[in-house]
Amino acid sequence: MLSVTERGLYCESGDFYVDPWLPVENAVITHAHGDHARWGCRSYLGSRDGERVLRTRLGFDASIRSADYGETLTINGVRVSLHPAGHILGSAQVRIEHGGEVWVVSGDYKTEPDPTCTPFEPVRCHTFVTESTFGLPIYRWAPQADVFAEISHWWSANRDASRASVLFAYALGKAQRVLSGVMNADIGPIFTHGAVERLNRDYRDSGVALAKTTYASSAPRDQNWAGALIIAPPSATGSPWLRRFGAISTAFASGWMRIRGARRRRSLDRGFALSDHVDWPALLQAISATGAESVWVTHGYREPVVRWLMDHGVNARAIASRWEGEMETEPIAPDESAYE
Amino acid sequence: MGGGDGNRAHRARRIGVRVRLFAQLFADLDETTKTGAKVAAMVRYFAAADPADAAWAVYFLRGDRPKRLIPVRRLAAWAMQESSTPPWLFEECYNSVGDLAETISLLLPESQQSAGRPLHDWMENVVLPLAGEHESNQRSAIVGAWRELGGTERFVWNKLITGGFRVGVSQSLVVRALSQASGIPEAVMAHRLSGAWEPQPGAFANLMSQETSDAVVSRPYPFFLAHALEGGPETLGDPVNWQAEWKWDGIRAQLIRRRGQTFLWSRGEESVAERFPELEEASALLPDGSVIDGEILPWRDGRPLSFAHLQRRIGRKTLGKILTEVPVVLVAYDLLENGGADIRGQPLASRRALLERLLTAVRTGGRILLSPLVEVSDWEVVRAAHGQSREMGAEGLMLKLLDSPYGVGRRRGPWWKWKVNPFTIDAVMVYAQAGHGRRASLHTDYTFAVWKDAELVPFAKAYSGLTDAEIRSLDNWIRRNTLEKFGPVRAVRAEQVFELGFEGIQLSPRHKSGLAVRFPRILRWRTDKKPEEADKLETLHALMESA
Repeated sequence: MLSVTERGLYCESGDFYVDPWLPVENAVITHAHGDHARWGCRSYLGSRDGERVLRTRLGFDASIRSADYGETLTINGVRVSLHPAGHILGSAQVRIEHGGEVWVVSGDYKTEPDPTCTPFEPVRCHTFVTESTFGLPIYRWAPQADVFAEISHWWSANRDASRASVLFAYALGKAQRVLSGVMNADIGPIFTHGAVERLNRDYRDSGVALAKTTYASSAPRDQNWAGALIIAPPSATGSPWLRRFGAISTAFASGWMRIRGARRRRSLDRGFALSDHVDWPALLQAISATGAESVWVTHGYREPVVRWLMDHGVNARAIASRWEGEMETEPIAPDESAYE
Repeated sequence: MGGGDGNRAHRARRIGVRVRLFAQLFADLDETTKTGAKVAAMVRYFAAADPADAAWAVYFLRGDRPKRLIPVRRLAAWAMQESSTPPWLFEECYNSVGDLAETISLLLPESQQSAGRPLHDWMENVVLPLAGEHESNQRSAIVGAWRELGGTERFVWNKLITGGFRVGVSQSLVVRALSQASGIPEAVMAHRLSGAWEPQPGAFANLMSQETSDAVVSRPYPFFLAHALEGGPETLGDPVNWQAEWKWDGIRAQLIRRRGQTFLWSRGEESVAERFPELEEASALLPDGSVIDGEILPWRDGRPLSFAHLQRRIGRKTLGKILTEVPVVLVAYDLLENGGADIRGQPLASRRALLERLLTAVRTGGRILLSPLVEVSDWEVVRAAHGQSREMGAEGLMLKLLDSPYGVGRRRGPWWKWKVNPFTIDAVMVYAQAGHGRRASLHTDYTFAVWKDAELVPFAKAYSGLTDAEIRSLDNWIRRNTLEKFGPVRAVRAEQVFELGFEGIQLSPRHKSGLAVRFPRILRWRTDKKPEEADKLETLHALMESA
């Protein structure tokens, strides 16, 4: 049904690609992150929920067609539908059915609840193409309420020490999840980097409730930053943009922060292991819930996951991906640098 | 009955808080690179911790560690069993984390309990007794602890038992924190903290004690160190304010005589008394409450022997014959304690006078010598003396302000060391080898040779002295001019000439050249010289004889 080509995963019967990494005619997009939604395709199909953020990422002239979750489209005789992946707003698993065979491409996903997007739904299939970003048993997430409580505690300790709290979070998805998570924690004032604020607007316009934020660059010159929470993309780490905030404590909200060395390498004060990907137990659980006879593993710790699955009687193989290993920063669109 | 349970629960909570405190201290230290925040975290800890726990915290913060109690291979095996992780997957995880203690704590199932024991109880009743235990008892103790401890506590526990506990605080930060927590001045605290540390509540109480006439008899004072003087002494102002003496190349040491006992500490705060029994004997007549700062030197016929002689003694387990072959003396620089009083705050001139009086009054069998002074009437005279350092068997001169107190650590200003220029020689590179770490892909370790008739004989290896740009350029040349490879080592064309510097030179039957040089380093890449212009082996022999 699908084959791995130099442009990405290709469905020959339907003549479309899923998350191609080079420009193609027809692209089906799981979600708007830069390593899944690339520029230059002639037409895109994505979820209705994700339309705004996808347009922000791809530009206003991109040809984007939207489908509701669960709505079935027929592309050259192949039945295609999108199902919630719980990763970020509008993220989808792509279900592809042809000649009685069903494949599902997960894109990135998590099974934990997240108020900023529709919860993950398991989809039965014959072959499941799964991500494996955190596919090692060292990755197990603490309950998110605990993580938000830690963030809140870190912020209040900084406020008491008259410091600003700078929290690095991917501009699309993680930043909004944090803003939703701390909404009732009485944290503030909250300021944002331009790359984050632009996407906050898309989330709010899509009906997602977020804590009140102010675009940092619109603050008056004499703004007192002590006690503020500032949300910025990881690419702002160590940049001159941070100088205006005076005394700061820095932190990164990312699944990579589960490992002490990953935090220390970046010289961060704190790391909060908050991820929009499945951890090891959730990954295995999700794979099992699909009932798939065959599993393709991409994006991350492919080999260990494949070996584990094979050892447990699941037919699995690793497939190539353009995006490997620890992503230092989320790939962001070049025009986003213009926000600051 | 209900009340009893309540008390027990209360006690458990209180104790739980104590062990979490230490894990919290670790987390606080780990979470910041700012020294102010590290000190504040330690101060908070010492203010709140039970002295029995704090004594252990000091032990770990000083960098002390119990000997590795359990082979890591066993720990890994038990962790695999506890977490149902197959060995290949454990290996993948370890490669990804890069730290065994952390890998284990991340893989084990979350603990539902909270720790019920204070740190000292863990150390004294669980960790230390493990050493002699049978494997099955070790296993049940370790696995029991894993089940009992959660999160950071478990990670810290793993660090304790694997002996890899590093928290990134220097001794001086620990001193500062203890000083702030107790109100005891830093110098006194540094003194109290030097020497061996027994992790006992009494030791911690002594550390924090407001009674400053310290009772611990063996304790050395922290050493005061000099900065290197580049160029000449003329920048130091009026020579009349300065004391000059020879800079000897031995083992800097403190000789302590208190309560009829002698203690000898090296600068690394190692007790070295047993290696130099003649100094112990020589100090027998020193009055109690005397502490001398000096240099242990191999000595014969009124002058020092080379450092290599001293190395022979250090390396020896049993002394015997070496005592007569390499006799040692202590050359006394300074007096830190006199008649039981800490006199470090007095000016150098007064301390020197007291030192002279002490060594004149006491017979030491010629084993404790007064460091001779060099005349400082003007800088020209000092320069002339400096030029004679090598003949004196010294490394150069020490210049000390006459009114300087004896400080702590290395401070700029009051004390300077002015070393002589090293020996230099032009040599040809004959072998090259790749380096480590940041330079793993570059050839950075070189072997140099000089001429013996028509043959080049290797005599020194040097690793440092070139700029990064020079290293890259040389690496490129090496790759293009390799004659032969022996594993990581490449024999290269004898074309490149380098000026090497070194501190000392002596006969060595182990080297093909028959000579060994001390601290060789590259001074310059002599691209202007041809290999046949490099020095001859006879030149090295002549240098050795002149020294």
